[in-house]
Amino acid sequence: MNPVNYLYLAALLFTIGATGVLIRRNAIVVFMCVELMLNACNLAFVAFSRMHGNLDGQIIAFFTMVVAAAEVVVGLAIIVSLFRSRHSASVDDASLMKL
Amino acid sequence: MDNLIALLVAAPLLGAAVLLCGGRRLDAVGHWIGTVLAAASFVIGAVLFADMLGKDAEHRAVGQHLFSWIPVEGFQADVAFQLDQLSMTFVLLITGVGSLIHVYSIGYMEHDERRRRFFGYLNLFLAAMLLLVLADNYLLLYVGWEGVGLASYLLIGFWQHKPSAATAAKKAFLVNRVGDLGLSIAIMLMFTTFGTFAFGPVLEATGETGEGTLTAIGLMLLLAACGKSAQVPLQSWLGDAMEGPTPVSALIHAATMVTAGVYLIVRSGEIFNAAPDAQLVTTVVGAVTLLFGAIVGCAKDDIKKALAGSTMSQIGYMILAAGLGPIGYVFAIMHLVTHGFFKAGLFLGAGSVMHGMNDEVDMRRYGGLRKYMPVTFVTFGLGYLAIIGFPGLSGFFSKDKIIEAAFAKGGTEGWILGSVALLGAAVTAFYMTRVMLMTFFGEKRWQPDERGNEPHPHESPKSMTIPMVVLAFGSVFAGGFFGVGDRFVHWLEPVTEHTHGHPPIGATAVTLSTVTVMVVGVGLAYLLYGRRPVPAVAPRGSLLTRAARRDLLQDDFNHVVLVRGGEHLTRSLVYVDHTLVDGVVNGTAASMGGLSGRLRKLQNGYARSYAVSMFGGAALLIAATLLMRAV
Repeated sequence: MNPVNYLYLAALLFTIGATGVLIRRNAIVVFMCVELMLNACNLAFVAFSRMHGNLDGQIIAFFTMVVAAAEVVVGLAIIVSLFRSRHSASVDDASLMKL
Repeated sequence: MDNLIALLVAAPLLGAAVLLCGGRRLDAVGHWIGTVLAAASFVIGAVLFADMLGKDAEHRAVGQHLFSWIPVEGFQADVAFQLDQLSMTFVLLITGVGSLIHVYSIGYMEHDERRRRFFGYLNLFLAAMLLLVLADNYLLLYVGWEGVGLASYLLIGFWQHKPSAATAAKKAFLVNRVGDLGLSIAIMLMFTTFGTFAFGPVLEATGETGEGTLTAIGLMLLLAACGKSAQVPLQSWLGDAMEGPTPVSALIHAATMVTAGVYLIVRSGEIFNAAPDAQLVTTVVGAVTLLFGAIVGCAKDDIKKALAGSTMSQIGYMILAAGLGPIGYVFAIMHLVTHGFFKAGLFLGAGSVMHGMNDEVDMRRYGGLRKYMPVTFVTFGLGYLAIIGFPGLSGFFSKDKIIEAAFAKGGTEGWILGSVALLGAAVTAFYMTRVMLMTFFGEKRWQPDERGNEPHPHESPKSMTIPMVVLAFGSVFAGGFFGVGDRFVHWLEPVTEHTHGHPPIGATAVTLSTVTVMVVGVGLAYLLYGRRPVPAVAPRGSLLTRAARRDLLQDDFNHVVLVRGGEHLTRSLVYVDHTLVDGVVNGTAASMGGLSGRLRKLQNGYARSYAVSMFGGAALLIAATLLMRAV
């Protein structure tokens, strides 16, 4: 199978993720879309690794996963505390730096 | 002996300081202090005069260096005095007539509670004027010049509770400032041209200087003289200056202030000699003013204003003579001195009349006063005969010489100037006869004033009549003393130089025509005012009479041209300021504000809007990278 097709899929996933970040209000969904974009990038890295025949892309994909895991921990914690204080998970409600 | 020169100025200056700082405890003796110090200055002047007469004509000029005022490299301003024959003449006139006016004021201001202050100002006036004529450089002269302006302001506005007096003082000061500007520019020009202000070096260096520069300096000096001496076009302050107490008018018109302009021109004679254009303008100014003042004098019913017009006209004669160059300088000063006597006498006489008439100044309410005020009548009458140039009296000798010199100028100019001067003599005889007839002859026309007080004309006290008698003596004999044997010419010749002028029609013919026009003027006035009763209310009069009553529209001219013009200029400047300058400033501020308002919207706090920015930026970066790689 032609590896370029993986790149098309990665681009499609990235676009879906970006669109989701821009148009959805629910913080959880926005967060999931961000994950989608990260994974689209990972897919692209792995595809490039295969196309160029070296492992650089795969190593970077692992790094991305580690960073994404840390990010999920911090991000979810923020969203939970935001929801506790405002009783809403909408990102537009959190447009001010104060309560 | 030369060290006494500074004392001449110091005595009245001390008087001014003591009287103005001394406070009320000096009220009782203030007028005596002022008078004694003025007289002391006169005595010092007389001593120096006697000393001067003992020397040869060539060695009479003496000087005294007091101290260095501003000693800077290349800029030496000294406080130093110079006393030569010209300064001496002025010193004696200023202190002599000034002292008499001080004595007169003791009586005249007797009921004024601010008399001490008045004498302080009078002393200040004398000190400033003496500084002006004794200075040996133009910068120190300028100090005296400004001092005279200040003192005149204080004295004209002495009765400051009257709005008219306060305004008149302000007017005199402002009009004088225009002239002062001329003097300061002239001094700056001198410094850039000659590198010094001192009379000696400046006047000696005129030979090596371009005529254009000298003409500019001359014209600026003339502007200065016009301001102080009330010559056209800066004449408008003189009439209003009559708001001051009458002794002040006498002082301004006879001894100080208005003579300063003539002094300045005669002192700067070398500059004018080398600049014929400036001389021509000077003669024209003199000729125009002598007619202007005379015409105004004909129409005024206020005795002081009629005399003010007369002063303007007589000073016009002096400026005319000074503009004629070496044939006229001596006669300008000679007329100045004789005029000092008779004009002071006339003003003190007018003050005496007002004193006896409840301060009434309208001549239409006088009439027949000769029976009530014999001394005033005789002294005023002698002053009158002197000013119209009655043969044998002071004015005859000096004015006749000026008319002769004007004819002797030569060419068409000489004829025009001579004829104007001759015409002026006729008009002088007319208006002075009018004043005389309306005041002292005819039926009595006075009436009770608004409060029902009928005036009781009476002779003034001794302190007032004695100065008038002394001045009347001067009016009668000074001219003959100076004129016979050319005594005054020989006296001043070493300072001002003198060339004998030859009028084209002969000196005797000029004298005869002067006397003839004088008789015609007197006769005409007698027909109009002596043969028939003077109406107590002024008739409407011809167009010229009405214009002359308004000082030949000088104030209207100033108002329309200068005040309105100034207002329009200011308004257009304000308009430009509001539209252009403010427009640029406010426009910049508004556009910055608008831009910031738009930029502010980017920082709205919505996470998704920031995300759009990030995506947009990233897209731009990628597009740019791709573009660069494609190229």
